[in-house]
Amino acid sequence: MTNPVFERIETDINANPVVLFMKGTPVFPQCGFSARVVQILSHIGVPFKGVNVLEDMEIREGIKAYANWPTIPQLYVKGEFVGGCDIIMEMFQAGELQSMLKEKGIPVSAEA
Amino acid sequence: MQTRASRIQAALDAAFPGSRIEIEDDSHRHAGHAGAQPGGETHYSVLMVSPAFAGMGRLARSRAVHAALAAEFEGGMHALALRLLAPEEAGPKG
Repeated sequence: MTNPVFERIETDINANPVVLFMKGTPVFPQCGFSARVVQILSHIGVPFKGVNVLEDMEIREGIKAYANWPTIPQLYVKGEFVGGCDIIMEMFQAGELQSMLKEKGIPVSAEA
Repeated sequence: MQTRASRIQAALDAAFPGSRIEIEDDSHRHAGHAGAQPGGETHYSVLMVSPAFAGMGRLARSRAVHAALAAEFEGGMHALALRLLAPEEAGPKG
């Protein structure tokens, strides 16, 4: 817990209800897995902050250690790690992503 | 020389005995993309049906597989798509 980058990560995930650590930006994702999660979040109308790990080597490595998760993208809701691309996709298809977000007080668009 | 796919297979067989394991090397589909390497062996998809996953949540299942494959991540594996099912979730063909 001595890693100084963890503090930066925590500042981000505590200041924003939904944060996606990704490659590229929500408008220009630079990885298919990141793009898929952006697509799902956009589809269900959830505003989120995208953090481009390609612009910040420290965050890119730090986020893997922080979540003990070896890959990017990583989605955080209310400060908590939810999963990467596969898990978000499975949760979305099962309707669990939408219900989890609603439970945490994050509005989801009605038709999703 | 052993391929990464065969090492993945061996590591998963050892960590999750009695599982159905399907591994695909998707590296060619990511050629030229960040993380891809000239020799390939960077991007994989794994489907596993294992009794070990019964009663485990999604994060726990993935973490268990990541742990079994830690050496491959350290050795340059860039992406691992996972579909991890317990036998009762896989349907009759599972």
